[in-house]
Amino acid sequence: MKLEDKKRVLREMVLHRRFEERCYQAYIERKIGGFLHLYPGQEACCNGVMEAARPGHDYVITGYRDHVHAIKCGADPKEVMAELYGKETGSSKGRGGSMHIFDVSKRFMGGYALVGGPFPLAAGMAKAIQLKGGDEIAICFLGDAANNQGVFHETLNMAALWKLPVLFVCENNLYGIGTAIERSTAIVHQHKRVCAYGIEAAECDGQDVEKVYAAARVAVDHVRHGKGPYFLELMTYRYRGHSMSDSRGYRSREEEEMWKQRDPIFILRDRLIAEGALTMAEFEAIEKETDAYIENEVIKFAEESPEPRVEDLEKYVFADRETQRPWLTGKAA
Amino acid sequence: MANIMYWEAIQRAHDEEMARDPLVICMGEDIGVAGGTYKATKGLYEKYGPLRVIDTPISEGGFTGLGIGASFLGVRPIIEIMSVNFAWLAMDQMFNSAAKVRYMSGGQLTAPCVFRSAGGAAHQLGAQHSARMEKVFMGIAGLRVVTPSNPKQAYGLLKSAIRCDDPVFINEHELMYNMKGEVPDGEYFHPLEGSEIARSGTDVTLFGYNISVHWCLKAAEILDKQYGISAEVVDLYCLSPLDRAGIKASVSKTHRAVIAEEDEAPVGVGSEVIAIINEECFFELDAAPVRVHSAMVPQPYNHTLEKAAIPDHEDVVKAVLKLFGKA
Repeated sequence: MKLEDKKRVLREMVLHRRFEERCYQAYIERKIGGFLHLYPGQEACCNGVMEAARPGHDYVITGYRDHVHAIKCGADPKEVMAELYGKETGSSKGRGGSMHIFDVSKRFMGGYALVGGPFPLAAGMAKAIQLKGGDEIAICFLGDAANNQGVFHETLNMAALWKLPVLFVCENNLYGIGTAIERSTAIVHQHKRVCAYGIEAAECDGQDVEKVYAAARVAVDHVRHGKGPYFLELMTYRYRGHSMSDSRGYRSREEEEMWKQRDPIFILRDRLIAEGALTMAEFEAIEKETDAYIENEVIKFAEESPEPRVEDLEKYVFADRETQRPWLTGKAA
Repeated sequence: MANIMYWEAIQRAHDEEMARDPLVICMGEDIGVAGGTYKATKGLYEKYGPLRVIDTPISEGGFTGLGIGASFLGVRPIIEIMSVNFAWLAMDQMFNSAAKVRYMSGGQLTAPCVFRSAGGAAHQLGAQHSARMEKVFMGIAGLRVVTPSNPKQAYGLLKSAIRCDDPVFINEHELMYNMKGEVPDGEYFHPLEGSEIARSGTDVTLFGYNISVHWCLKAAEILDKQYGISAEVVDLYCLSPLDRAGIKASVSKTHRAVIAEEDEAPVGVGSEVIAIINEECFFELDAAPVRVHSAMVPQPYNHTLEKAAIPDHEDVVKAVLKLFGKA
């Protein structure tokens, strides 16, 4: 990665971290409802892959831990926060919530709450790209536990069979909700599961954004150049529980501390400092500026935005009637 | 007007729409090289090739989700699920992805796909190949459900479903693919909403859909000839949303209602139609509405038991006679 890109990515990862930590606080204050799944610890995964891909051009889909993926694709953090607040100005107009962030204008095709659900949707988007003949790729970010769903295998089979331009990114954070991977899954290293379908696969350290970037470059090039699907496994860790209702009783504090020694932001920060490209004072300034931005712009926007109108409860169930009239009434033009 | 079979009508709709729009594709088990279990996609593979006429693996959840994902980018997939019994495996994607994505994205994304499936009990196919599942589909917000009772509807509903931006489930019937009927020679779009009067009458309304429309028509004939009762037959080709205005109009005219369905009774079209009658025109009724429906059993294999489980036109006649105090 170029130096200016590394510095930009560091700043972005700080935003992603602080955004999520601010969500935690807003949840405690009951400003955010429902389930909330936070991303701290895994930032290098999304950032490294999307630096190698083309945000806003490639189609991205993921599960419910989706805020950072949306922002990385270009969604406005203000609109993402407003969505968490359930406001009309939210990215899904307050109808989706934390698990259903969408920004189709940035080709962020959504967060989905059924574990494994996005697998075939991603392959379907790749099928559409194949039919239309574009150079986009579909990227599916999911956790390791999603691989225990039947559609994982169904999708891998079809993606390989039809050579679809889809990149599966497995963020292996070692836990499926509150069950450790070795207690739920016969094999810890997930990339080994895809070789049966003849799909190219690799495993990479998911804490070092530069390593992720390098691995993702290979993966993205493979998919974009018509060589079929690719499966990239990133070994990572989520610091917080699965969701906010999780007190992490299934793992030790020592284990958590061990992973925090390999924090993705600190790895990049320390490397830049060692290279003489950054000082600790500059880093602290980035943190301060980020917090000020989140407080003064992101939270302020979410707080001050209007609620959706109750009169609009049934809006968006179906397409606008006027546009569909010929098919609903049989009176085609 | 051409007199063609139900499967031919479906095939013609596919062919016309695929010729018009290169983004219309079809997919499902055995639909390509094998030409389709019920021939509904016959000849399309040869004409449009494997990229657009896709023989899928036997992975209903996977390929249904794949079709839905393609529809996010403007592809119009017609997804055939060989038997509605297999649709259970695809329901997560149909309900959680296709039906909800417009709402949960605040209107940004839509899944304009068509799901076609053969429902209904055929002959001695046993418990896992004889399900009627319209009751399940019609209860899902964001999903349109239609069910053609004749070739004209089979053609026109599929045409409209492909053009519509909403996901549409088309419930066909295993025993109806070889049924013949008149289909307009020119392009025809059947409305995705509403109902139609299949036979006009004054004394009682018989509500049916798909195969039970034919039981109702046969019953109406018998009631007229043998008992002097004039029955109106209303074809509820659209199960979601149900046609409140059409139901109200007919019952307000005849003041009596019988609902015939091949599905089991607890939770179903019959209970919904009766609820609508209660809400819309309760004081127009001269008698309590009656449901004719299947027994609440997993479909038996034995021929006699199977016949006992599924109603037919005679059960409709009996229900009407009971309503008039003649049985």
